[in-house]
Amino acid sequence: MRFLQRITGSLILLLVITLTLQSQAASSSGNLLFYGLAAVALLIFFFIVISVADNFMVIESRESGIHSDKVNMGLYPKFQELFGSKKPAFLEGQHLYTLNKGYDIPLEGEPAATVDAATKATRFAVSPPDFLGLMPIPKVTVEVGDSVKAGDVVFFDKKKDRIKFVAPVSGEVIEVNRGLKRAIANIVILADKDQVSRTYTVPAANASRAELVEFLLESGAWPGIRQRPYNIVADPEVTPRDIFISTFSTAPLAADSTLAIAGREAEFQAGIDLLNRLTDGLVYLGLDGRGTSPSPYASVANAEKRYFRGPHPAGNVGIQMHHIHPVGAGENTVWTLDVNTVLLIGEIFKNGRYNSERVIALSGDPLAAPRHVRTFAGANLGELLQGENLGNVRILSGDVLTGDQLSTDGFLGYFDTQVTLLEEGNEAEIFGWLLPLKSRASISPTIPTFSKFAATTNTHGEKRAFVVNNDYEQVMPMDIYTQQLMKSIMVNDFESMEGLGIYELVEEDVALAEFACVSKQPLQQILRGGLNTMLEQG
Amino acid sequence: MKALHDFVKKFEPDHSNKFAHTVYDGFYTFLFQPDTVTKGGVHITDGMDLKRLMVHVVLALQLLYVFGTWNIGHQHFLAIGEHTGLLEGFHLKVVYGLIQILPIFVVTHVVGLGIEFFYAGRKGHSIEEGFLVSGALIPLIMPPDIPLVWLAVSIVFAVILGKEAFGGTGMNIWNVALLARVFIFFAYPTTISGDEVWVSGIEKVGTEFFAATYGWAHGAFDWVFSGLGLSTFGEGGQAVVDGWTGATPLGLAAKEGWEGVTAHYSVDAMFWGGIPGSIGEMSVPLIVVGMIFLIVTRIADYRVIFGGLIGFVVCGLLMNAISPAEITENTPGIFKFMAIPWYYQMIMGSFLFAITFMATDPVSSADTPMGKWIYGFLIAFIGLIIRVMNPAYPEGWMLSILLMNTFAPLIDHYVYQANINRRAKRTAEMAKQRGELITKRVNDPEVLTPENA
Repeated sequence: MRFLQRITGSLILLLVITLTLQSQAASSSGNLLFYGLAAVALLIFFFIVISVADNFMVIESRESGIHSDKVNMGLYPKFQELFGSKKPAFLEGQHLYTLNKGYDIPLEGEPAATVDAATKATRFAVSPPDFLGLMPIPKVTVEVGDSVKAGDVVFFDKKKDRIKFVAPVSGEVIEVNRGLKRAIANIVILADKDQVSRTYTVPAANASRAELVEFLLESGAWPGIRQRPYNIVADPEVTPRDIFISTFSTAPLAADSTLAIAGREAEFQAGIDLLNRLTDGLVYLGLDGRGTSPSPYASVANAEKRYFRGPHPAGNVGIQMHHIHPVGAGENTVWTLDVNTVLLIGEIFKNGRYNSERVIALSGDPLAAPRHVRTFAGANLGELLQGENLGNVRILSGDVLTGDQLSTDGFLGYFDTQVTLLEEGNEAEIFGWLLPLKSRASISPTIPTFSKFAATTNTHGEKRAFVVNNDYEQVMPMDIYTQQLMKSIMVNDFESMEGLGIYELVEEDVALAEFACVSKQPLQQILRGGLNTMLEQG
Repeated sequence: MKALHDFVKKFEPDHSNKFAHTVYDGFYTFLFQPDTVTKGGVHITDGMDLKRLMVHVVLALQLLYVFGTWNIGHQHFLAIGEHTGLLEGFHLKVVYGLIQILPIFVVTHVVGLGIEFFYAGRKGHSIEEGFLVSGALIPLIMPPDIPLVWLAVSIVFAVILGKEAFGGTGMNIWNVALLARVFIFFAYPTTISGDEVWVSGIEKVGTEFFAATYGWAHGAFDWVFSGLGLSTFGEGGQAVVDGWTGATPLGLAAKEGWEGVTAHYSVDAMFWGGIPGSIGEMSVPLIVVGMIFLIVTRIADYRVIFGGLIGFVVCGLLMNAISPAEITENTPGIFKFMAIPWYYQMIMGSFLFAITFMATDPVSSADTPMGKWIYGFLIAFIGLIIRVMNPAYPEGWMLSILLMNTFAPLIDHYVYQANINRRAKRTAEMAKQRGELITKRVNDPEVLTPENA
């Protein structure tokens, strides 16, 4: 009844307004406003008549028992049917963050939800450039021809020599490749058929934090822990305020992270328990709230669980931290881990072995069958993509927004969980800017996308000065003025950079803004430049 | 397609000739989306680029061009009392309008793009698309009889000092199109203000007005039309109809209030746009179509437009409140003007055109969402004050937009400061929440901590 009252009230109000205006403008015959308002009033009147009839119908159908929550006998759709999907039951009473900004690029080539056991790689590599914040030339402790076990030290940084980097698999070191300026590009290991792990003596359950840190550094699991701000390998001297783990990825064509934990729940729990002992603060799990059922990570104990719903980049740990508790320099330094690193730590502590196993996605339209594959860290891309047609195709370790372009000789990045293939767009298109005949991704309503499609690497335009100022805000679910931040980075204005939130961002967080940028500015590169300057300045 | 592309590629000049290469590149990228691919960073990019963005503004202006062309002719024939029906002598009106508007359009683009090409060649960057929109806007905000020399001079001023001096598209502080207009407005005021300039082809001889004699172009069309058995221009030189005035509604309102306006123009005429004025600013429905198009396609930011509409209504209501309750013969003109309700104020003059196409210029407007609301609101608020209260300027939007262009960075500065403070405050609040959560965890025996592990 209140609904009807409200409508009648607004109708009367409208009539009063109309009459007042009419009396003021009595001399003028063509009072547009009066006729407009009169038309609105008339419409509302008819709406009320229909609503009343509709209500009677619903009452009647309810009495005869055919109207229920599921069957709507009324004329109008229910409010919830109109606006957004209903919150699933498993999210009731949970911490839920619903993010509206962002964009899921509708790409063809999503990986099938099963793990393909047939695809195997034999060569694996550790690549020092995967880890940020190190000297370019580390101290390599193995030589070509040495045989190593999984977890044996292969190199360490010359300055931060406590952090040990280890072999992902057991086998024989077959190459030590050097890149520009004789920096070590990667150390390649030919894997044994039967994997052997180095054995660990796990610290006692009541070991102090210092002992645990020392053990992790020595075990080789430490490089998977990254420190924010800057996304560098965590500094052992710093105690993090909190630890954040995102358990899902919203990136285009991303791997399904529920496959990673299937059958390894106990190891994951062991990893979380250990992390709780490394911080005085909290361990946060960012959980996927988009589905209809809870993610398998929801049953993990001893962690603060936060659900996130929304388009990409809702799965980025940086976005989640921004909403849970923003990071900053100094005492607001935090650690972030990915699921695979937690599993790795869990394996070491629970089973006493080094197991860098991970489920990665092979995705992208050029693939015959996009699928998931179980392999180890740093697998060779050529072997993973054996039998695929790779003509005029770009191979990416990572997703289409942040991945690294590699060849078949390249190796999967340490933190990457997907290999994406993308067709090259090196073909001129007549009036391509005016008539987008080939489908392309866009957040602009002027280029509607109706179905999934195969994107290309064409730049779709040339670089310009920053002109438009509402494209970033549509894809950045953070309270950060991206464009202004980028400008302050370009002019090295430290105070503004800090204030506008450079500490909260890493490349993957602004990747979608770079995608959407009308002026085609390289935001990720600009941001990394700014982060490096801040890091140097201390 | 490939053959055409190869054919065009054959003409590519050597890189040593900077200017030729820049010009070639400008035309090549107009014809083709180039085959460049992403390097580093993101590997796929949005299909929207600056060219596509700019061309949508130009598209939104097309209806105004068509209407403006007809209206130039219509006003001319209304003044001399021939073909007074809307569709009567349609061909004559359109041809008359085209003969007026085409030279303006051509001069604008030749001068503006010429400067753009020259600077792009000198600086060695590709030609930027900014002038596509400026060039489409400038003819629409000029009176139909604007002397082409002064038009060219004003564009040289606007593009060189207003844009290239700051570094080109994306760097300018002021709206380029309005800068061109404001230059004419202050340097050659007789060509762009007063009662006589808004209707094309009317000359003042002594105190009487006569139609100007038609030129050779009209004669050529007369030859065609007479061959087709249609009505023709004739010689020209007729006297205007009795009681005719070329004054715009705003000129009338400033002196005599709403009564003075309605004595000459009906509300319908002002709404649909069949009145004298700058070429493209009259028709409310067509501007609203363009406005909706720009908002729906998200080319223009709706915040500026709605902020402006709110500011306009608020300022209009304030003025109504200030003006005396009863308007008599002896009430000063300014109070009569203030007494006009906001919805009539809105259809007189060029507010809707200015707020839709001028204020939303993404380069010179405020950057932040909040800043845009403030920016739009203040443009409308200040503009209406200039229009009504300042006798020297019959219309306020040009000045108020340029004024707010100047202050947009200041608005943004305060929005950024607020953001910095808000973010710092939020982090502090979160720290408090974290403390509570940790306390809870310590008290909760089921949860593992370093102490009870």
